[in-house]
Amino acid sequence: MDQFTINLLFVGGSFALYFGIAFWARAGSTKEFYVAGGGVHPVLNGMATAADWMSAASFISMAGLIAAGGYANSTYLMGWTGGYVLLAMLLAPYLRKFGKFTVPDFIGDRFYSSTARLVAVACLIIASVTYVIGQMTGAGVAFSRFLEVDNNTGLLIAAVVVFFYAVLGGMKGITYTQVAQYVVLIIAYTIPAVFISLQLTDTFIPAIGLFSNHTESGIPLLQKLDEVVRELGFRDYTADVDNKLNMVLFTLSLMIGTAGLPHVIIRFFTVPKVADARWSAGWALVFIALLYLTAPAVASMARLNLLTTIYPSGPTAAPIEYAERPDWVQTWETTGLIKFDDKNGDGRVQFYNDVPAFKDEATARGWAGNELTVNGDILVLANPEIANLPGWVVGLIAAGGLAAALSTAAGLLLAISSAISHDLIKGSINPNISDKGELRVARVSMFVAIALATYLGMNPPGFAAQVVALAFGIAAASIFPALMMGIFSKRVNSTGAVAGMLAGLISTLVYIFLFLGWFFIPGTASFANTPDNWWFGISPLSFGAIGAVINFVVAFTVSSMTAPPPKEIQDLVESVRYPQGAGGAVDH
Amino acid sequence: MSDHSINAEKYWQANLRLILGSLVVWALASYGCAILLRPMLSGIMIGGADLGFWFAQQGSILVFIVLTFFYAWRMNKLDEEFGLQE
Repeated sequence: MDQFTINLLFVGGSFALYFGIAFWARAGSTKEFYVAGGGVHPVLNGMATAADWMSAASFISMAGLIAAGGYANSTYLMGWTGGYVLLAMLLAPYLRKFGKFTVPDFIGDRFYSSTARLVAVACLIIASVTYVIGQMTGAGVAFSRFLEVDNNTGLLIAAVVVFFYAVLGGMKGITYTQVAQYVVLIIAYTIPAVFISLQLTDTFIPAIGLFSNHTESGIPLLQKLDEVVRELGFRDYTADVDNKLNMVLFTLSLMIGTAGLPHVIIRFFTVPKVADARWSAGWALVFIALLYLTAPAVASMARLNLLTTIYPSGPTAAPIEYAERPDWVQTWETTGLIKFDDKNGDGRVQFYNDVPAFKDEATARGWAGNELTVNGDILVLANPEIANLPGWVVGLIAAGGLAAALSTAAGLLLAISSAISHDLIKGSINPNISDKGELRVARVSMFVAIALATYLGMNPPGFAAQVVALAFGIAAASIFPALMMGIFSKRVNSTGAVAGMLAGLISTLVYIFLFLGWFFIPGTASFANTPDNWWFGISPLSFGAIGAVINFVVAFTVSSMTAPPPKEIQDLVESVRYPQGAGGAVDH
Repeated sequence: MSDHSINAEKYWQANLRLILGSLVVWALASYGCAILLRPMLSGIMIGGADLGFWFAQQGSILVFIVLTFFYAWRMNKLDEEFGLQE
């Protein structure tokens, strides 16, 4: 059987499974459509949350980022997991107790203001739409690489699949497909990693292999990797970071942003009880950690594998001849993700860090510049080929990458459509709409959201690469602080909350626009995006945490100068704090 | 103030203390050991790297898991102690 047929079988089989689940889990009411009926077991919800959360970025790109940055990019590992601690303690249980369907629901009720609700809807839609574009393009790339269709066809297939189970099943269909998608993606991620770990370190568990001895050289793997990259002019893999302020703020922004992303928060509305919401956050973290503990191992091992492929006799000897490059390099060259340019015309592949500090060394070796560019995204996708694993593992990776992209896309689309049907239509435009009518509107908004996401995926705006910064920045600076103050303070009032959200949102947007271009229009950046220009060395990606602080400060200051919230709102705050529903609200 | 609201107030204070304590550990593992205190811990080696590197790539995630489960277990017990469970 050829590779194409195997890929088709794996991807087709996983899709058939999702369709089957979607048909079984049709939604019959708005409660089923928005929160899966509220009866999802905490462990299953943890699994669904893990799939909801782990996007194409986690599955495909993260290991490549860590491989390239080493210690410095540990920020992603900590930032994208540490947010769950905040979610578990500061948001999830109380929002579950509140017991409504959407994030703007809480903000609108708690701050007794339709302005607050609308600001929350706007933040939610901007954050989720930008995020979903990345998922759709990711799915398109996976389709085109593994199923040999063109990008747009791939995107359309992805859209039809998501449409089927998201429109039919709403949160209920999405929940159970996400559980299946988690299983597919974690198996796909782990199997190649286990084999690579065995090959390099004789250790079965990749996370332990990372800190074990490299079998061939007998020295620890990380030490070996440091030695190899140093010989080629790269920074040590484990080298420390100079700008610690930026590292701390970037990690913090990712954490707060994670906790504030609406598509993650609404997953906790689906469990039966407050206590379940707490357990569920723990389970989500366990399932996420299964991938996140493997990712750094994949990163370092894939980097070492890549370098030993190019320098089979060690980094001080001559690299391989281009004509003798392995098959997988040829396969990926056709996608343009690996590029070779024989600058010194010696027919060999010189791959090194072309920086001034390494110039003399490179010249002495007769090198005229780095000749190989490798896109970090291929590390995970090409892993099975690099490790010479059988064809079915490649098929599995294809299905896994698509599972990661589609599960996140579905979660985001639900967050968008419920904000439209529940918060805009029922909340503001037509409060008297019947349950059946709202369900129909929810399905139509889901359709519109998918169509929009597909269109944007086919015609990605120029800022596609910056959207993650935007989504996390908005969630961190606007949504997270508003939710947290709504629960932990009785004093923050409607004026304060709206002023705080707007201040956090605008300051973060302005800081991002200053360096990445106004509204991401190329050429409009006020300053070059370099560390020298950054305010106190804070990168635009790290500003979300500062935006959150601005939000808190403005909200408290404005609230202290205006009247406290009315009694019934203070009672509402009391009631979300106590699982039993009594609390201060029923004072007997 | 009735007994009930005094009880509820105590429960909320206990929750806040628990959150504060947990977040101190959360920050110490990630921002502390993995980032700011890394140079101080560089003498402690673990499998070819220093302790700070281990915290950055694995340790902090493990600490996060333990914290989340500990919080869930402790709070669910507090719910019962105060008779506030669902």
